[in-house]
Amino acid sequence: MVMDNEAAMKAPVSFYGEEGRFKGIFSWIFSTNHKRIGIMYLVAILTFFSIGVILGILMRINLISPGKFISERTYNSLFTIHGVIQIFLFIIPGIPASLGNFFLPILIGSRDVAFPRINLMSWWFYMIGGAIVILSIFTGGGAPDTGWTFYAPYSIRTTANVSLALVGVIFLGFSSIFTGLNFITTIHRLRAPGMTFFRMPLFCWSLYATAWTQVLATPVLAITLLLIILERAFAIGFFEPTLGGDPILYEHMFWIYSHPAVYIMILPAMGIVTEIFPVFAKRTIFGYKAIAFSSLSIAFFGYLVWGHHMFTSGMSDTARVIFSLITFMVAVPTGVKVFNWIATLYKGSIQLDSPLIYSLTFIFLFSIAGLSGLIIGTLSLNLYLHGTYFIVGHFHYTMFGGAGFGFFAGLHYWYPKMTGRMYNEKTAKIAWLTIFIGFNILYFTMFILGLEGMPRRYFQYQPQFRTNHIISTVGSWILAAGLILMFGNFIRSLFRGEKAPMNPWGGKTLEWTIPSPPPAENFEKIPVIEHGPYKYE
Amino acid sequence: MFIPEASNSALKVDSTFTSILIIEVILLAIVTSAMVFFVVRYNIRRKQKPENIEGSMFLEIVWTVIPTLLVLVMFYLGWKSFDIIRRVPKEVMTIGVTARQWSWLFSYENGKQSNVLRVPMGQPVKMLLTSADVLHSFYIPAFRIKEDCVPRMQTYMWFTAEEEGTYDIFCTEYCGLGHSGMLSKVIVMPEKEFAAWYGRAEEKVEKPAGQKILEEKGCLGCHTTDGTRKIGPTFKGLYGSKVTVLTNGKERVITADEKYIKRSVTDPGADIVKGYPNIMPKLPVTNEELEQIVEYLETLK
Ligand code: HEM
Ligand SMILES: [Cu+2]
Ligand SMILES: [Cu+2]
Repeated sequence: MVMDNEAAMKAPVSFYGEEGRFKGIFSWIFSTNHKRIGIMYLVAILTFFSIGVILGILMRINLISPGKFISERTYNSLFTIHGVIQIFLFIIPGIPASLGNFFLPILIGSRDVAFPRINLMSWWFYMIGGAIVILSIFTGGGAPDTGWTFYAPYSIRTTANVSLALVGVIFLGFSSIFTGLNFITTIHRLRAPGMTFFRMPLFCWSLYATAWTQVLATPVLAITLLLIILERAFAIGFFEPTLGGDPILYEHMFWIYSHPAVYIMILPAMGIVTEIFPVFAKRTIFGYKAIAFSSLSIAFFGYLVWGHHMFTSGMSDTARVIFSLITFMVAVPTGVKVFNWIATLYKGSIQLDSPLIYSLTFIFLFSIAGLSGLIIGTLSLNLYLHGTYFIVGHFHYTMFGGAGFGFFAGLHYWYPKMTGRMYNEKTAKIAWLTIFIGFNILYFTMFILGLEGMPRRYFQYQPQFRTNHIISTVGSWILAAGLILMFGNFIRSLFRGEKAPMNPWGGKTLEWTIPSPPPAENFEKIPVIEHGPYKYE
Repeated sequence: MFIPEASNSALKVDSTFTSILIIEVILLAIVTSAMVFFVVRYNIRRKQKPENIEGSMFLEIVWTVIPTLLVLVMFYLGWKSFDIIRRVPKEVMTIGVTARQWSWLFSYENGKQSNVLRVPMGQPVKMLLTSADVLHSFYIPAFRIKEDCVPRMQTYMWFTAEEEGTYDIFCTEYCGLGHSGMLSKVIVMPEKEFAAWYGRAEEKVEKPAGQKILEEKGCLGCHTTDGTRKIGPTFKGLYGSKVTVLTNGKERVITADEKYIKRSVTDPGADIVKGYPNIMPKLPVTNEELEQIVEYLETLK
């Protein structure tokens, strides 16, 4: 890559020291710099993640001894708020809004995103949406108690504060649409000279595929939730059967968004590990085009499989068969990615640092997620396992084991670039081990509970499930300890960490050619690109 | 397996599960051991010079085609067993299921009704499912099947119970506060015993009319008659007792007389007993039924 090395050596002021129009906190919350917005998103998203984790642990505590610490009503709100926070406030905005915002422009050799002010607005919408969701817990008829899926007609009839929470979620949806629009335009318009689509780092490809999904699918969610609000307020009769509405229509409309949303969650994580493998194997990526096109085909086929959430809903058997078939087909491009990542390790020179450890764990956990997904995508097995803890195990492996661990991999990989400091590698490894052990004790047990027939969203249960519930809860404590260690390491290293060099891992993509942390405008001079992103000699 | 296999569907589901699990464990083992092997074999400590292999069209085709075939096999296994599980035989006994917050009501062809499901062993049974209020899902883990109960719609499932015994029935579609308490049992009986039970004249002679109404309307999903606390207050000793209620948010103490009991049924939100949530639905009851309910509650001392 042709880079102005001298300019980089002089190390201009980093974006943290940038003199803007505003001072103090306002220099952040009114900043249109993609890196500041990325950091603000990161802080907010990880805060919500922590709240969600605490709620999850409270649920697990209830399940050791139902009713002793937490009432039925509270439990139902706990899983609802936990789900809403983890989905809409953590994992959907997660990687694109934080790491994507920070790194996408840098990776394609640009100074910022295409619409910096819309970018700031998306952050504000996110914060407003988050605030409204939190507000809905404490006001009105009490915290929402519908589950994160807001199924009709229960969501229409419950006296809990559902409408307000839905308003919050709609705000979050718009924030997501803005980010998507921004990224699509940025990738089309702001690539550096010579940066063709096929010279882009694969993280950009994954954000590109994600962005299209965000823009095309999220409006459906906004409309659907709006209809629920209208139905609650004016009893119109879209979904309420006593008014002639159809509750299964709601399920369709909800999952037409929410299944593609699964790919909004996972594609960026796949993008991150795709960046990490070549860097830590010190060789080029295996199958660049295969990985890029599999992202697009996952995003595309992701639209056609929503019905697999409804195999027992009363939908026609023919529809069930077709949805099952397409569901199995989506597994293929996902498999292609996994095989290419592993092939990237072949004949490399592998440096087993924490970003790679998290990436390998991502593959392992996400494989379990995907394979368990095939089990519940199987028509006859779905009749058995739908609505049980098998599902709870499956989606935690997908969203937490997959998207979550991909996020953690990215945090470790780019931490030095974002903060200008190194974290403690040994602590990072201990934290990883603790998280990994805790995670599997917590969630693998759920597969077994599901096979034993334990239904999900149950405040209490029959005695035969007790032992596994206790094991699972112990896992949640180990996991929590690991997470505290990981975040503790990050926070401590902000102050105590060694200064990070420009390129601590020997990466070849553009972010490693500028100082850590990057200057406000990223590049003194926009680079000219002459070859693909992973050129190792 | 993890739980009893008590029906034809359970056997089908479990054999499908085993085949698919075997394929998957092999796949996971290959992926994981390849990762571990490469990390060890090509570790940086071995100081080998990395090779920049850009890809291989041949391999891409191999690992697209083989997984495609594998998932098609899995899909087919699922479809085949699904088809059997869903195709109702000609000669079946039909039982209606009405789900409501938060109890089950089973209605037989001869007009018998009960809250516990009894089925004859070895004879195909078709369940016609519906719901009186929100979505529910009728699930018998020992039979490995479930189907949602949708208001104003009829769904179905069928099975042949193969093992005598008593098995759990769960609701697996979240339906509000009492979801996790919406349980029942299915009792699989030898055909003769079942026939005897089925043919026996309705037990209603022994049961007071009021009790039958409570069972049918689903009141006992939330209230008990033996003094234990469920989602709503118990009926035992209620009649004539002093109750602390919230009326329009104001606390007051009233006597649970006939008027109070009738109002609690026709307008459940008017006086809310302190310490309980305001979630009782308005149920359609006739005046005569109301009288019978009150009469019955009077006897629960
Ligand atoms: C320590 C971390 C966590 C713990 C202990 C935890 C635990 C739980 C438990 C016990 C349930 C409810 C099971 C039930 O009653 O059905 C649940 C539901 C759920 N969790 Fe988590 N979880 C954690 C992290 C996460 C993460 C990171 C995500 C997403 C990225 C997530 C997403 C969800 C969702 C979507 C639901 C479903 C809520 C619903 O049924 O409406 N969780 N979790
Ligand atoms: Cu899905
Ligand atoms: Cu239920």
